[in-house]
Amino acid sequence: MSSGDEREIALECRDLHKHLGEGETRVHVLRGVNLKLYRGEVSAIVGPSGCGKSTLLYLLGLLDRQDSGSIIVQGEEAPPDKEGDHTRIRGDHIGFVFQFHFLLPEFSAAENVMLPMRKLGRMSQEEMEKRASSLLSDVGLGEKTHRLPSQLSGGEQQRVAIARSLANMPSVLLADEPTGNLDVKNSLMVFESLTRLAKEKGQAVLIVTHNPDLAEKCDRILRMQDGQFID
Amino acid sequence: MSPNLRIAVRFLFAKKRSMLMSLAGIIFGVGFFISTQAQLSGYQELFINTILGTDGAIRIEDRIQDTNVFVSAPTSEGANTNFFVSDRENRRFVEGIEHPESVIEAAMQLQNVEAASPVIKGTIQLQSPLRKDSGQVFGINVDQHIAVSSLEDRIQIGSIAEFRAAPMGIIMGHKMASRLDVTVGDSVIVRAIDQQRRVTIVAIYETGVSEIDKTRVFMHMSATRSLLKKPHGVSFIQVSVFDRDHAIVDALAIENMALHFSAPWQEREKSWMQLFTTLKLSAAITVSTIIIVSGLGMFSTLFMIVMDKTREIAILRSMGYTRNDISNIFLWQGFIVLVCGAILGCGMGALITFGISKLPMPLSGIFATDYFVVRSTVWHYLQAVSAAVVIVMIASLAPARWASRLIPGDVIRGTAT
Repeated sequence: MSSGDEREIALECRDLHKHLGEGETRVHVLRGVNLKLYRGEVSAIVGPSGCGKSTLLYLLGLLDRQDSGSIIVQGEEAPPDKEGDHTRIRGDHIGFVFQFHFLLPEFSAAENVMLPMRKLGRMSQEEMEKRASSLLSDVGLGEKTHRLPSQLSGGEQQRVAIARSLANMPSVLLADEPTGNLDVKNSLMVFESLTRLAKEKGQAVLIVTHNPDLAEKCDRILRMQDGQFID
Repeated sequence: MSPNLRIAVRFLFAKKRSMLMSLAGIIFGVGFFISTQAQLSGYQELFINTILGTDGAIRIEDRIQDTNVFVSAPTSEGANTNFFVSDRENRRFVEGIEHPESVIEAAMQLQNVEAASPVIKGTIQLQSPLRKDSGQVFGINVDQHIAVSSLEDRIQIGSIAEFRAAPMGIIMGHKMASRLDVTVGDSVIVRAIDQQRRVTIVAIYETGVSEIDKTRVFMHMSATRSLLKKPHGVSFIQVSVFDRDHAIVDALAIENMALHFSAPWQEREKSWMQLFTTLKLSAAITVSTIIIVSGLGMFSTLFMIVMDKTREIAILRSMGYTRNDISNIFLWQGFIVLVCGAILGCGMGALITFGISKLPMPLSGIFATDYFVVRSTVWHYLQAVSAAVVIVMIASLAPARWASRLIPGDVIRGTAT
């Protein structure tokens, strides 16, 4: 799937299989998916509903377990049966943006951005505040750091979610329909923030989207059908 | 502040109304637990002090007949053997104590025994100018007896000094004095078997125990011996001890040393002690239901928070928060409510207990008091807090475990169950 050059691989999966459901409703969702994501590259997965895009994204993000195949993040293989390793790798290397922002409503924008940093525990309070403020400024919310999510618009909330996903400087950013819940203007703004920051910070970005216009703006488009890439 | 605690506090405040209800339940539960236990312990303590002050810690009574039987029997080899067999189950008693001095001497060898007083007891008839009544005379050596009883402190009218100075004086219970319509300075006739004496009432006492106050009359030992025609021996010996909880062991030791039946206060008042224990247990169970109900409220509130926050839990998991972190976030919430409830509940318990102790509650019968009697110990606080800890932890564990088991992929995909 890659051009096979010397670019640094942030995430790789080999022969990934996944079934969903039980008994008669059991479906083979992913059928031997191979993929490499490179630092500084923005990739988009497109395809019809139910083709396995989101399932692949959750597997790559170690939020779910594959039936077979391997996932390697920054050179470290994530064993499918070791949840502790999954959690650690997620915290260290992976950032998520979902269709819904999933901000914690009790925390301000800055506090939401600081949540992953607090868990990682590598920065002082002052450093965390500074970084949260900087990330929020990067997504155009420098003046609204202390606002609660309920005091922000849908687009602004999603931009806070992007800032939060970048908090721990992950090597991979996984976005599941990040603009699916926004109008055109906000979609463009969110997409622009996401790709610009990722490129600036040398992160691999994988976006699942139904929006062909946004997909066209990515460095690479991966078309998926029936649990496999078709290009 | 740890990230988990920070999140727990925010989640808690998001549901503050429900949590306040649970908190209030724990505060009231802990507070009432402490105050009810303090009241029951207060009355139990008053009862124990009353019986120690009237009948002593140990009462040595009848002599035990020697039950050792000398047995002589041949062995299997045909040799003769001799041994003693003790039959404690069928032991018999000889009424009274023939040699009180030697029994007292034996009892006083025990370190815990403070003092001992020989007493002669007998049934008497008393006649005042207007009325007649029956009662029991207790013949005492005054100095010995005030060392083993609270008689001196219980005197309402007259004094021990007046009793000491009057060889034919008596100390009468206030209920008997009331029934005979007499007071200090009046004389009454005391009859026993074929003897009668005119005696003067030199003091009137009140123990609060109706049975004692209406029947018991104290006379000097010599006068009582003469009245009851008992020139030798005594009916019983009343013993006081330094450590009342050790009385059972001391009584057994006295019984073995002096070969006289010895009853510690715990055995004599066993049924009352069992009643107090039952009442305390019953009150603890009843009041704990308040904490249980608040625990149930808390359980449902935490479950509601988990149901409301499944997506937030999933996103926290995606950020690197472990199952334990998620579990701890909910356990922290329970812990915060528990700590606040326990501290405020203990404060409330102390306040209620103090307030109750100031309430007038005139009472007599098995003891006498004018106010509610309370006795708080650190154990009451520990028991109340322990009950709250157990209930709140049980209420928090299930939601915490459920939250920690949510699979983030399923939640975000919308297929979580």
